[in-house]
Amino acid sequence: MADTGRSAVTRIPGFTAAALLTFVLLYVPIATLVVYSFNAAPSMSRWDGFSLQWYEAALQNRQVREVALRSLWLALAAGTMATLVATLAALATVRGGRFRGRTMIHALINQPLMVPEIVTGVALMVVFSVVRVRTGYDGMAYLVLAHTAFCIPFAYLPVRARLETLDPTLAHAAADLYASRVRAFLHVTLPLLWPGVLAGFMLAFVISLDAVVITEFVKSAGQDTLPTWMLGQLRRVVTPEMNAVATLLLGVSMLAVTAFFLLSRRRG
Amino acid sequence: MTAAQRRWLLLAPAVAILACVAAGPLLVMLVYSFLEPGEFGGVRPAFSLDAWFSVLFARDMFDPEIVEPNIAHLAILWRSVSLALQTTLVCIVLGFPTAWFIATRPRGTRELWLFLVTIPFWTNLLVRTFAIQEVIRNRGLVNTLLMQAGVIDEPIQMLYTDFAVLVGMAYVFLPLMVLPLYAAMERVDRRLLEAARDLYASRWRMFREVVLPLSRPGLVAGSVLVFIPAIGAWVTPRLLGGGRNLMLGNLIELQFGQGRNWPLGAALSMTLLALVLVALLVYLRAVDPDTRRRDHG
Repeated sequence: MADTGRSAVTRIPGFTAAALLTFVLLYVPIATLVVYSFNAAPSMSRWDGFSLQWYEAALQNRQVREVALRSLWLALAAGTMATLVATLAALATVRGGRFRGRTMIHALINQPLMVPEIVTGVALMVVFSVVRVRTGYDGMAYLVLAHTAFCIPFAYLPVRARLETLDPTLAHAAADLYASRVRAFLHVTLPLLWPGVLAGFMLAFVISLDAVVITEFVKSAGQDTLPTWMLGQLRRVVTPEMNAVATLLLGVSMLAVTAFFLLSRRRG
Repeated sequence: MTAAQRRWLLLAPAVAILACVAAGPLLVMLVYSFLEPGEFGGVRPAFSLDAWFSVLFARDMFDPEIVEPNIAHLAILWRSVSLALQTTLVCIVLGFPTAWFIATRPRGTRELWLFLVTIPFWTNLLVRTFAIQEVIRNRGLVNTLLMQAGVIDEPIQMLYTDFAVLVGMAYVFLPLMVLPLYAAMERVDRRLLEAARDLYASRWRMFREVVLPLSRPGLVAGSVLVFIPAIGAWVTPRLLGGGRNLMLGNLIELQFGQGRNWPLGAALSMTLLALVLVALLVYLRAVDPDTRRRDHG
């Protein structure tokens, strides 16, 4: 019942035009970025034909390679840890029934979503600066921990949503057939939960890859990630190389998000 | 092992991480806001209300007895609130028709349109901010097009102004308005619209008296979801606003950097957090039907 014609009851004058204009506004900046990353000329004022030279320059830039690799493994580490602890937490909050302190647990898990990133950023900077002085340790663990905490609510949501649709009697049936708790979990619950776990990981991965404010305040010298490196570059003169880097990052995010949507739509 | 023990064992890793690197540091900030600043940053362990006092007030340089409003801080607070409200307004104007458009598509294509709205949202914040820079800079897309068309001779300075911050934030946060609005509109019963039209209501009247009231929960939720990150924005004003157009987030950063006044930075952080919590309460009342029912008795 596609009532999209002029006489459709849902039509409100001007709304369709405004909506289409919004979609254009949403995509023109991104499209500009992508198109000009393939421009042979170093400026936006003219189009000199198709070229991959900025991609070549970006990929040969040692700094770009270094910060991109650091971003990737940080997102992998934090995403994995966040998904692991969020899955355990979801098993406790969904399967455990109502219990005292559940509201507190939910507030704690969702805290990174509610507190402005700049506040979390400076708070972590303050606390970690004390830890740094006391322990003398200055490695990547600070960033991994900060990203993990920030990603937990994003990993938690899809896992919990998936878990809520699962039939708890399946695990009971396994128990009736003398499967141990661990066996019932590994052979019944986990396979059914898996799409939710993967979706949670994808989301956590993208969030970590995107995190700039917290990273900027927690990192020490020489720990730049792709976003903080870009943040530094965008304050200065921008070369078209940045278009290529941005387009590549856009591609990675889009792949991860598409995977997330396909995973979270898959039925058990 | 009892059920309760198992539950807390499962929760332990998440609780430990969040307590150490989310809730704990916030408490430290709260404590710091009541201490005296150290000489080179940091704090001295002495109780003081000075930081909270100077969030809004200042003492006269020559006569400390004279208390006056802290004009610089008030200006930044006002700019933050005002820009966040303007961003919300722009997102409503663009987001409302967009959400309605998506909600009235045939069932099969709705998800595709929705996906189109969410893709930019999941794209790296810096990529999107950079894209806006490219469009509005002096030799960017808009100025280049306008100059080639002969409309202007000199590029219009848009980058590094409050206008740029507004455009950047509206661009980045628009999906947060569209998604809850869509969720509310999707549930609107089409027969109500037909009834309005059958009773000879004009399309505008149908919009005003049927669509708008029924979309209200989504409108409130979307507004709060846009307002919260907008008032706490740090990246967008930093990249698009230039050095002098500070927002609250940048003022906070300043206290931990050049300003070397950690207690003031902590007090400003808590102020920002309080503003966000107020907005969150509005949000919870809008989306939680239980609270609403209780209100109406």
